[in-house]
Amino acid sequence: MEYLNIVFQEVYKILFLLVPVLVSVAMIVWLDRRVWAFVQKRQGPNVVGPFGLLQSLADALKYIFKEIIIPSSSNKVIFILAPIVTMTLALIAWAVIPFSATQVLADINVGILYLFAVSSLGVYGIIMGGWASNSKYPFLGAIRSAAQMVSYEVSIGVIIINVLLCVGSLNLNDIVIAQQNLWFVIPLFPMFVIFFISALAETNRPPFDLPEAEAELVAGYQTEYSGMMYAMFWLGEYANILLMCAMGAILFLGGWLSPIDIYPFTLVPGAIWLILKILLLFFLFALVKAIVPRYRYDQLMRLGWKVFLPLSLTWVVLTASYLFYFNLLPTN
Amino acid sequence: MNLSRFFKTIFMVDFVGGLFIAIKELFKPKKTINYPFEKGKISPRFRGEHALRRYPNGEERCIACKLCEAACPAQAITIESAQREDGSRKTTRYDIDMMKCIYCGLCEEACPVDAIVQGPNFEFSTETREELYYTKEKLLDNGDRWENILDANIKADSSHR
Repeated sequence: MEYLNIVFQEVYKILFLLVPVLVSVAMIVWLDRRVWAFVQKRQGPNVVGPFGLLQSLADALKYIFKEIIIPSSSNKVIFILAPIVTMTLALIAWAVIPFSATQVLADINVGILYLFAVSSLGVYGIIMGGWASNSKYPFLGAIRSAAQMVSYEVSIGVIIINVLLCVGSLNLNDIVIAQQNLWFVIPLFPMFVIFFISALAETNRPPFDLPEAEAELVAGYQTEYSGMMYAMFWLGEYANILLMCAMGAILFLGGWLSPIDIYPFTLVPGAIWLILKILLLFFLFALVKAIVPRYRYDQLMRLGWKVFLPLSLTWVVLTASYLFYFNLLPTN
Repeated sequence: MNLSRFFKTIFMVDFVGGLFIAIKELFKPKKTINYPFEKGKISPRFRGEHALRRYPNGEERCIACKLCEAACPAQAITIESAQREDGSRKTTRYDIDMMKCIYCGLCEEACPVDAIVQGPNFEFSTETREELYYTKEKLLDNGDRWENILDANIKADSSHR
Protein backbone atom coordinates (compact mmCIF):
# COMPACT_ATOMS: atom_id res chain seq x y z
CA MET A 1 0.00 0.00 0.00
CA GLU A 2 2.73 2.39 1.01
CA TYR A 3 4.65 1.43 -2.10
CA LEU A 4 1.61 2.21 -4.21
CA ASN A 5 1.33 5.62 -2.57
CA ILE A 6 4.89 6.48 -3.52
CA VAL A 7 4.28 5.36 -7.08
CA PHE A 8 1.16 7.50 -7.32
CA GLN A 9 2.95 10.48 -5.87
CA GLU A 10 5.66 10.19 -8.50
CA VAL A 11 3.09 9.75 -11.26
CA TYR A 12 1.33 12.92 -10.11
CA LYS A 13 4.62 14.79 -10.12
CA ILE A 14 5.42 13.55 -13.62
CA LEU A 15 1.97 14.53 -14.88
CA PHE A 16 2.32 17.91 -13.23
CA LEU A 17 5.47 18.44 -15.29
CA LEU A 18 4.48 16.75 -18.55
CA VAL A 19 1.05 18.28 -19.06
CA PRO A 20 2.36 21.88 -18.88
CA VAL A 21 5.27 20.95 -21.13
CA LEU A 22 2.95 19.46 -23.75
CA VAL A 23 0.59 22.42 -23.55
CA SER A 24 3.46 24.85 -23.88
CA VAL A 25 4.77 22.89 -26.87
CA ALA A 26 1.40 23.46 -28.54
CA MET A 27 1.52 27.16 -27.63
CA ILE A 28 5.10 27.49 -28.81
CA VAL A 29 4.14 26.17 -32.24
CA TRP A 30 1.54 28.92 -32.39
CA LEU A 31 4.08 31.51 -31.25
CA ASP A 32 6.55 30.28 -33.83
CA ARG A 33 4.10 30.55 -36.70
CA ARG A 34 2.81 33.87 -35.47
CA VAL A 35 6.25 35.49 -35.14
CA TRP A 36 7.23 34.11 -38.50
CA ALA A 37 4.09 35.57 -40.04
CA PHE A 38 4.50 38.95 -38.33
CA VAL A 39 8.05 39.39 -39.56
CA GLN A 40 6.75 38.71 -43.06
CA LYS A 41 3.84 41.10 -42.41
CA ARG A 42 1.24 38.37 -42.55
CA GLN A 43 -1.47 37.64 -39.98
CA GLY A 44 -0.51 34.09 -39.06
CA PRO A 45 -2.98 31.72 -37.43
CA ASN A 46 -5.60 33.93 -35.77
CA VAL A 47 -8.95 32.22 -36.15
CA VAL A 48 -9.12 29.29 -33.74
CA GLY A 49 -9.61 30.64 -30.21
CA PRO A 50 -8.44 34.06 -28.97
CA PHE A 51 -5.61 35.27 -31.25
CA GLY A 52 -5.60 31.78 -32.76
CA LEU A 53 -4.10 30.35 -29.58
CA LEU A 54 -5.92 27.05 -29.99
CA GLN A 55 -4.63 26.51 -33.54
CA SER A 56 -2.20 23.79 -32.48
CA LEU A 57 -4.91 21.94 -30.58
CA ALA A 58 -7.11 22.03 -33.67
CA ASP A 59 -4.19 20.73 -35.73
CA ALA A 60 -3.56 17.99 -33.20
CA LEU A 61 -7.22 17.00 -33.34
CA LYS A 62 -6.99 16.82 -37.11
CA TYR A 63 -3.90 14.61 -36.91
CA ILE A 64 -5.58 12.28 -34.42
CA PHE A 65 -8.48 11.60 -36.77
CA LYS A 66 -6.29 11.12 -39.83
CA GLU A 67 -5.43 7.69 -41.08
CA ILE A 68 -1.98 6.39 -40.23
CA ILE A 69 -0.47 5.06 -43.42
CA ILE A 70 2.31 2.50 -43.02
CA PRO A 71 4.18 1.80 -46.27
CA SER A 72 4.07 -1.89 -47.15
CA SER A 73 7.80 -1.99 -47.83
CA SER A 74 8.73 -0.38 -44.53
CA ASN A 75 10.15 -2.08 -41.50
CA LYS A 76 6.95 -1.77 -39.56
CA VAL A 77 8.20 -2.17 -35.99
CA ILE A 78 10.94 0.43 -36.34
CA PHE A 79 8.68 2.64 -38.42
CA ILE A 80 6.16 2.81 -35.60
CA LEU A 81 8.84 3.00 -32.93
CA ALA A 82 10.63 6.01 -34.44
CA PRO A 83 8.13 8.77 -33.56
CA ILE A 84 7.60 7.21 -30.15
CA VAL A 85 11.34 7.31 -29.50
CA THR A 86 11.61 10.90 -30.69
CA MET A 87 8.82 12.13 -28.48
CA THR A 88 9.77 10.10 -25.44
CA LEU A 89 13.36 11.30 -25.58
CA ALA A 90 12.24 14.89 -25.98
CA LEU A 91 10.03 14.57 -22.91
CA ILE A 92 12.16 12.54 -20.48
CA ALA A 93 14.88 15.17 -20.59
CA TRP A 94 12.54 17.56 -18.77
CA ALA A 95 12.93 15.43 -15.62
CA VAL A 96 16.14 17.21 -14.63
CA ILE A 97 15.20 20.79 -15.52
CA PRO A 98 15.05 22.75 -12.25
CA PHE A 99 12.16 25.22 -12.01
CA SER A 100 13.38 26.47 -8.63
CA ALA A 101 15.79 25.28 -5.95
CA THR A 102 13.31 22.59 -4.89
CA GLN A 103 11.00 22.16 -7.87
CA VAL A 104 12.86 19.54 -9.83
CA LEU A 105 11.61 16.06 -10.62
CA ALA A 106 15.01 14.32 -10.45
CA ASP A 107 17.74 16.35 -8.76
CA ILE A 108 20.53 14.07 -9.94
CA ASN A 109 24.21 14.87 -9.63
CA VAL A 110 24.94 14.35 -13.30
CA GLY A 111 22.03 16.43 -14.51
CA ILE A 112 23.83 18.18 -17.34
CA LEU A 113 25.33 14.90 -18.51
CA TYR A 114 21.88 13.32 -18.53
CA LEU A 115 20.50 16.24 -20.50
CA PHE A 116 23.34 16.03 -23.00
CA ALA A 117 22.99 12.26 -23.34
CA VAL A 118 19.24 12.40 -23.91
CA SER A 119 19.48 15.18 -26.47
CA SER A 120 22.16 13.17 -28.30
CA LEU A 121 19.88 10.15 -28.37
CA GLY A 122 17.27 12.27 -30.12
CA VAL A 123 18.98 11.58 -33.42
CA TYR A 124 18.03 7.90 -33.15
CA GLY A 125 14.35 8.63 -33.67
CA ILE A 126 15.18 10.43 -36.88
CA ILE A 127 17.56 7.77 -38.16
CA MET A 128 15.08 5.02 -37.33
CA GLY A 129 12.27 6.88 -39.06
CA GLY A 130 14.38 7.58 -42.13
CA TRP A 131 15.72 4.06 -42.43
CA ALA A 132 12.50 2.20 -41.67
CA SER A 133 10.55 4.19 -44.25
CA ASN A 134 12.53 2.40 -46.97
CA SER A 135 12.28 5.32 -49.33
CA LYS A 136 14.88 7.67 -50.73
CA TYR A 137 13.88 11.07 -49.31
CA PRO A 138 13.50 9.94 -45.71
CA PHE A 139 16.75 8.03 -46.02
CA LEU A 140 18.71 11.01 -47.33
CA GLY A 141 17.09 13.26 -44.74
CA ALA A 142 18.00 10.88 -41.94
CA ILE A 143 21.63 10.63 -43.10
CA ARG A 144 21.94 14.39 -43.26
CA SER A 145 20.31 14.75 -39.89
CA ALA A 146 22.60 12.20 -38.27
CA ALA A 147 25.74 13.89 -39.59
CA GLN A 148 24.47 17.32 -38.65
CA MET A 149 23.38 16.49 -35.13
CA VAL A 150 26.56 14.59 -34.37
CA SER A 151 28.72 17.48 -35.64
CA TYR A 152 27.02 20.11 -33.55
CA GLU A 153 26.76 17.86 -30.52
CA VAL A 154 30.55 18.07 -30.32
CA SER A 155 30.66 21.83 -30.04
CA ILE A 156 27.74 21.86 -27.60
CA GLY A 157 29.67 19.39 -25.46
CA VAL A 158 32.74 21.60 -25.47
CA ILE A 159 30.64 24.64 -24.62
CA ILE A 160 29.14 22.78 -21.69
CA ILE A 161 32.68 22.06 -20.50
CA ASN A 162 33.28 25.80 -20.46
CA VAL A 163 30.34 26.31 -18.15
CA LEU A 164 31.26 23.34 -16.00
CA LEU A 165 34.76 24.74 -15.51
CA CYS A 166 33.19 27.83 -13.95
CA VAL A 167 30.75 25.85 -11.81
CA GLY A 168 32.58 22.76 -10.65
CA SER A 169 29.47 20.62 -10.54
CA LEU A 170 27.31 18.68 -12.98
CA ASN A 171 24.14 19.32 -11.00
CA LEU A 172 21.84 21.74 -12.81
CA ASN A 173 20.78 23.47 -9.60
CA ASP A 174 24.43 24.09 -8.73
CA ILE A 175 24.94 25.54 -12.19
CA VAL A 176 22.08 27.95 -11.61
CA ILE A 177 23.21 28.94 -8.13
CA ALA A 178 26.76 29.54 -9.38
CA GLN A 179 25.32 32.32 -11.55
CA GLN A 180 23.91 34.20 -8.56
CA ASN A 181 26.33 37.11 -8.95
CA LEU A 182 26.97 37.04 -12.67
CA TRP A 183 25.14 35.16 -15.39
CA PHE A 184 27.50 33.16 -17.54
CA VAL A 185 26.16 34.91 -20.61
CA ILE A 186 28.39 37.89 -19.76
CA PRO A 187 31.81 36.27 -19.27
CA LEU A 188 31.10 33.48 -21.78
CA PHE A 189 29.22 35.53 -24.35
CA PRO A 190 30.94 34.04 -27.45
CA MET A 191 30.12 30.60 -26.10
CA PHE A 192 26.49 31.62 -25.66
CA VAL A 193 26.32 32.69 -29.30
CA ILE A 194 27.90 29.44 -30.45
CA PHE A 195 25.59 27.49 -28.17
CA PHE A 196 22.60 29.25 -29.64
CA ILE A 197 23.64 28.52 -33.21
CA SER A 198 24.54 24.93 -32.38
CA ALA A 199 21.16 24.55 -30.70
CA LEU A 200 19.53 25.66 -33.94
CA ALA A 201 21.48 22.98 -35.79
CA GLU A 202 20.86 20.39 -33.11
CA THR A 203 17.10 20.82 -33.30
CA ASN A 204 17.04 21.01 -37.12
CA ARG A 205 15.71 24.55 -37.07
CA PRO A 206 16.23 26.94 -39.94
CA PRO A 207 18.82 27.90 -41.16
CA PHE A 208 19.99 24.35 -40.50
CA ASP A 209 16.79 22.49 -41.40
CA LEU A 210 18.55 20.45 -44.06
CA PRO A 211 17.05 17.12 -42.96
CA GLU A 212 13.64 18.38 -44.01
CA ALA A 213 14.66 20.78 -46.76
CA GLU A 214 11.39 20.98 -48.66
CA ALA A 215 12.91 21.96 -51.97
CA GLU A 216 15.14 18.92 -52.25
CA LEU A 217 13.90 16.28 -49.81
CA VAL A 218 10.09 16.78 -49.72
CA ALA A 219 9.86 16.52 -45.92
CA GLY A 220 13.04 14.58 -45.14
CA TYR A 221 12.65 11.78 -42.64
CA GLN A 222 8.95 12.61 -42.12
CA THR A 223 7.97 12.06 -45.73
CA GLU A 224 6.29 8.69 -45.22
CA TYR A 225 4.64 9.60 -41.94
CA SER A 226 1.04 10.63 -41.57
CA GLY A 227 -1.59 11.24 -38.94
CA MET A 228 -0.68 10.96 -35.29
CA MET A 229 2.76 9.54 -36.04
CA TYR A 230 3.68 12.66 -37.95
CA ALA A 231 2.23 14.77 -35.14
CA MET A 232 4.44 12.94 -32.66
CA PHE A 233 7.55 13.78 -34.66
CA TRP A 234 6.39 17.33 -34.76
CA LEU A 235 5.65 17.45 -31.03
CA GLY A 236 9.00 15.84 -30.28
CA GLU A 237 10.78 18.35 -32.45
CA TYR A 238 9.23 21.32 -30.70
CA ALA A 239 9.68 19.75 -27.27
CA ASN A 240 13.36 19.42 -28.20
CA ILE A 241 13.52 23.06 -29.23
CA LEU A 242 11.96 24.06 -25.94
CA LEU A 243 14.44 21.83 -24.15
CA MET A 244 17.35 23.46 -25.92
CA CYS A 245 15.99 26.86 -24.91
CA ALA A 246 15.70 25.64 -21.33
CA MET A 247 19.27 24.36 -21.50
CA GLY A 248 20.46 27.73 -22.78
CA ALA A 249 18.52 29.51 -20.05
CA ILE A 250 20.03 27.31 -17.34
CA LEU A 251 23.59 27.31 -18.63
CA PHE A 252 23.88 30.98 -19.56
CA LEU A 253 20.90 33.03 -18.40
CA GLY A 254 20.80 32.03 -14.74
CA GLY A 255 17.95 29.51 -14.93
CA TRP A 256 15.32 30.30 -12.31
CA LEU A 257 17.26 33.19 -10.77
CA SER A 258 15.60 36.57 -10.98
CA PRO A 259 17.50 39.00 -13.21
CA ILE A 260 17.79 41.62 -10.47
CA ASP A 261 18.46 40.37 -6.98
CA ILE A 262 16.32 42.96 -5.16
CA TYR A 263 13.12 42.67 -3.16
CA PRO A 264 10.08 42.78 -5.49
CA PHE A 265 11.76 40.66 -8.16
CA THR A 266 12.82 37.89 -5.82
CA LEU A 267 9.16 37.38 -4.83
CA VAL A 268 8.30 36.12 -8.30
CA PRO A 269 8.59 32.33 -8.32
CA GLY A 270 11.65 30.94 -10.06
CA ALA A 271 9.55 28.92 -12.50
CA ILE A 272 8.20 32.15 -13.99
CA TRP A 273 11.68 33.56 -14.52
CA LEU A 274 12.78 30.33 -16.16
CA ILE A 275 9.74 30.31 -18.43
CA LEU A 276 10.34 33.94 -19.39
CA LYS A 277 13.95 33.18 -20.25
CA ILE A 278 12.92 30.13 -22.28
CA LEU A 279 10.40 32.28 -24.12
CA LEU A 280 13.01 34.94 -24.84
CA LEU A 281 15.32 32.33 -26.34
CA PHE A 282 12.49 30.79 -28.29
CA PHE A 283 11.53 34.18 -29.62
CA LEU A 284 15.07 34.47 -30.98
CA PHE A 285 14.71 30.99 -32.49
CA ALA A 286 11.53 32.11 -34.24
CA LEU A 287 13.08 35.36 -35.46
CA VAL A 288 16.08 33.54 -36.87
CA LYS A 289 13.73 31.20 -38.73
CA ALA A 290 12.16 34.22 -40.37
CA ILE A 291 15.32 36.05 -41.43
CA VAL A 292 17.94 33.58 -42.61
CA PRO A 293 18.09 31.37 -45.70
CA ARG A 294 18.98 27.70 -45.46
CA TYR A 295 22.67 26.70 -45.33
CA ARG A 296 24.20 24.55 -47.99
CA TYR A 297 25.29 21.18 -46.66
CA ASP A 298 29.04 21.68 -47.01
CA GLN A 299 28.74 25.12 -45.41
CA LEU A 300 26.94 23.54 -42.49
CA MET A 301 29.69 20.99 -41.98
CA ARG A 302 32.39 23.64 -42.41
CA LEU A 303 30.76 25.85 -39.78
CA GLY A 304 30.46 22.98 -37.34
CA TRP A 305 33.89 21.44 -37.66
CA LYS A 306 36.15 24.24 -38.85
CA VAL A 307 34.72 27.21 -36.97
CA PHE A 308 32.74 26.22 -33.92
CA LEU A 309 34.86 23.32 -32.74
CA PRO A 310 38.21 25.16 -32.79
CA LEU A 311 36.61 28.29 -31.37
CA SER A 312 34.98 26.54 -28.46
CA LEU A 313 38.08 24.44 -27.79
CA THR A 314 40.21 27.59 -27.70
CA TRP A 315 37.75 29.13 -25.32
CA VAL A 316 38.01 26.10 -23.01
CA VAL A 317 41.75 26.65 -22.85
CA LEU A 318 41.27 30.37 -22.25
CA THR A 319 38.68 29.83 -19.52
CA ALA A 320 40.73 27.15 -17.83
CA SER A 321 43.93 29.25 -17.95
CA TYR A 322 42.13 32.30 -16.65
CA LEU A 323 40.51 30.42 -13.79
CA PHE A 324 43.77 28.66 -12.94
CA TYR A 325 45.94 31.75 -13.12
CA PHE A 326 43.69 33.83 -10.90
CA ASN A 327 43.04 30.89 -8.61
CA LEU A 328 39.30 31.05 -9.27
CA LEU A 329 38.76 27.35 -9.93
CA PRO A 330 35.70 26.21 -7.97
CA THR A 331 36.50 23.81 -5.20
CA ASN A 332 34.05 21.45 -3.59
CA MET B 1 39.85 37.87 -46.74
CA ASN B 2 40.32 41.51 -45.86
CA LEU B 3 40.16 42.78 -42.33
CA SER B 4 36.77 44.50 -42.37
CA ARG B 5 35.15 41.44 -43.90
CA PHE B 6 36.78 39.29 -41.23
CA PHE B 7 35.39 41.42 -38.41
CA LYS B 8 32.00 41.54 -40.09
CA THR B 9 31.95 37.76 -40.11
CA ILE B 10 33.24 37.28 -36.58
CA PHE B 11 30.79 39.71 -35.01
CA MET B 12 27.95 38.63 -37.33
CA VAL B 13 27.21 42.25 -38.22
CA ASP B 14 24.87 41.39 -41.06
CA PHE B 15 23.01 38.84 -39.00
CA VAL B 16 22.45 41.19 -36.07
CA GLY B 17 21.37 43.92 -38.49
CA GLY B 18 18.88 41.51 -40.00
CA LEU B 19 17.61 40.64 -36.55
CA PHE B 20 16.89 44.30 -35.81
CA ILE B 21 15.17 44.75 -39.16
CA ALA B 22 13.02 41.73 -38.37
CA ILE B 23 12.06 43.19 -34.99
CA LYS B 24 11.20 46.49 -36.67
CA GLU B 25 9.05 44.75 -39.27
CA LEU B 26 7.30 42.85 -36.49
CA PHE B 27 5.40 45.96 -35.41
CA LYS B 28 4.52 47.32 -38.83
CA PRO B 29 0.94 47.00 -40.11
CA LYS B 30 0.17 43.78 -41.93
CA LYS B 31 0.01 43.73 -45.70
CA THR B 32 -2.42 40.81 -45.91
CA ILE B 33 -6.15 40.96 -45.24
CA ASN B 34 -7.90 38.77 -42.73
CA TYR B 35 -9.83 36.96 -45.44
CA PRO B 36 -13.07 35.47 -44.17
CA PHE B 37 -13.65 38.58 -42.04
CA GLU B 38 -12.19 41.18 -44.37
CA LYS B 39 -12.41 41.09 -48.14
CA GLY B 40 -10.43 42.75 -50.85
CA LYS B 41 -11.96 45.35 -53.13
CA ILE B 42 -13.60 43.91 -56.26
CA SER B 43 -13.74 45.70 -59.60
CA PRO B 44 -17.15 46.27 -61.27
CA ARG B 45 -15.80 44.14 -64.10
CA PHE B 46 -15.13 41.21 -61.80
CA ARG B 47 -16.21 37.94 -63.41
CA GLY B 48 -17.64 35.78 -60.67
CA GLU B 49 -20.73 33.64 -60.32
CA HIS B 50 -23.25 33.90 -63.15
CA ALA B 51 -26.71 35.39 -62.84
CA LEU B 52 -29.70 35.82 -65.15
CA ARG B 53 -31.26 39.25 -64.74
CA ARG B 54 -34.86 40.41 -65.00
CA TYR B 55 -36.45 43.69 -66.10
CA PRO B 56 -37.75 45.86 -63.28
CA ASN B 57 -41.28 44.60 -64.03
CA GLY B 58 -40.20 41.04 -63.30
CA GLU B 59 -39.98 39.80 -66.89
CA GLU B 60 -36.81 37.80 -67.65
CA ARG B 61 -34.44 39.61 -69.95
CA CYS B 62 -33.21 36.53 -71.79
CA ILE B 63 -34.64 36.23 -75.30
CA ALA B 64 -33.06 32.83 -76.03
CA CYS B 65 -30.91 34.16 -78.86
CA LYS B 66 -28.26 31.61 -77.90
CA LEU B 67 -25.41 34.03 -78.58
CA CYS B 68 -23.90 33.18 -75.23
CA GLU B 69 -24.11 29.48 -76.00
CA ALA B 70 -22.30 30.11 -79.27
CA ALA B 71 -19.72 32.40 -77.70
CA CYS B 72 -18.88 30.10 -74.83
CA PRO B 73 -15.39 28.66 -75.52
CA ALA B 74 -15.84 25.92 -72.95
CA GLN B 75 -19.33 25.02 -74.20
CA ALA B 76 -20.61 25.19 -70.68
CA ILE B 77 -23.99 26.72 -71.58
CA THR B 78 -26.96 24.66 -72.79
CA ILE B 79 -30.10 26.49 -73.93
CA GLU B 80 -33.44 25.19 -75.14
CA SER B 81 -36.15 27.59 -76.19
CA ALA B 82 -39.84 27.66 -77.01
CA GLN B 83 -42.51 30.21 -77.80
CA ARG B 84 -44.58 31.27 -74.85
CA GLU B 85 -48.41 31.70 -74.98
CA ASP B 86 -48.04 35.50 -75.35
CA GLY B 87 -45.90 34.94 -78.42
CA SER B 88 -42.56 35.91 -76.92
CA ARG B 89 -39.53 33.72 -77.32
CA LYS B 90 -38.18 32.50 -73.98
CA THR B 91 -35.83 29.81 -72.73
CA THR B 92 -37.25 26.60 -71.32
CA ARG B 93 -33.85 25.49 -70.23
CA TYR B 94 -30.76 27.55 -69.41
CA ASP B 95 -28.03 25.45 -67.81
CA ILE B 96 -24.47 26.42 -67.04
CA ASP B 97 -22.01 23.75 -66.06
CA MET B 98 -19.93 25.77 -63.60
CA MET B 99 -17.16 23.18 -63.71
CA LYS B 100 -16.70 23.67 -67.43
CA CYS B 101 -16.94 27.44 -67.19
CA ILE B 102 -13.61 29.23 -67.45
CA TYR B 103 -14.98 32.60 -66.31
CA CYS B 104 -13.86 34.37 -69.48
CA GLY B 105 -16.87 36.71 -69.55
CA LEU B 106 -17.62 36.11 -73.26
CA CYS B 107 -21.25 35.18 -72.52
CA GLU B 108 -21.70 38.48 -70.74
CA GLU B 109 -20.17 40.34 -73.69
CA ALA B 110 -22.25 38.44 -76.24
CA CYS B 111 -25.57 39.12 -74.53
CA PRO B 112 -27.51 41.85 -76.38
CA VAL B 113 -29.93 42.44 -73.49
CA ASP B 114 -27.60 42.23 -70.47
CA ALA B 115 -29.43 39.10 -69.29
CA ILE B 116 -26.53 36.79 -68.47
CA VAL B 117 -23.96 38.58 -66.33
CA GLN B 118 -21.16 37.58 -64.07
CA GLY B 119 -21.56 39.01 -60.59
CA PRO B 120 -19.17 39.85 -57.79
CA ASN B 121 -19.76 36.61 -55.89
CA PHE B 122 -16.81 34.21 -55.89
CA GLU B 123 -17.68 32.21 -52.78
CA PHE B 124 -19.99 29.56 -54.15
CA SER B 125 -18.00 26.42 -53.52
CA THR B 126 -20.11 23.35 -52.94
CA GLU B 127 -19.67 19.96 -51.38
CA THR B 128 -21.01 17.98 -54.33
CA ARG B 129 -20.47 18.14 -58.06
CA GLU B 130 -24.21 18.17 -58.77
CA GLU B 131 -24.67 21.51 -57.02
CA LEU B 132 -22.46 23.10 -59.64
CA TYR B 133 -24.80 22.25 -62.55
CA TYR B 134 -26.63 25.58 -62.47
CA THR B 135 -30.19 25.56 -63.79
CA LYS B 136 -32.32 28.46 -64.98
CA GLU B 137 -34.04 28.73 -61.59
CA LYS B 138 -30.74 28.95 -59.80
CA LEU B 139 -29.43 31.58 -62.21
CA LEU B 140 -32.59 33.70 -62.01
CA ASP B 141 -32.46 33.39 -58.24
CA ASN B 142 -28.87 34.65 -58.32
CA GLY B 143 -30.02 37.53 -60.50
CA ASP B 144 -32.69 38.51 -57.99
CA ARG B 145 -30.30 38.26 -55.10
CA TRP B 146 -27.48 40.35 -56.62
CA GLU B 147 -29.58 42.71 -58.77
CA ASN B 148 -28.60 45.90 -56.90
CA ILE B 149 -24.90 45.27 -57.24
CA LEU B 150 -25.18 43.93 -60.80
CA ASP B 151 -27.08 47.00 -61.89
CA ALA B 152 -24.57 49.33 -60.28
CA ASN B 153 -21.66 47.42 -61.81
CA ILE B 154 -23.12 47.58 -65.31
CA LYS B 155 -23.71 51.32 -64.89
CA ALA B 156 -20.18 51.84 -63.59
CA ASP B 157 -18.69 49.98 -66.52
CA SER B 158 -21.05 51.21 -69.25
CA SER B 159 -18.86 54.13 -70.35
CA HIS B 160 -16.08 51.70 -71.27
CA ARG B 161 -18.18 49.35 -73.39
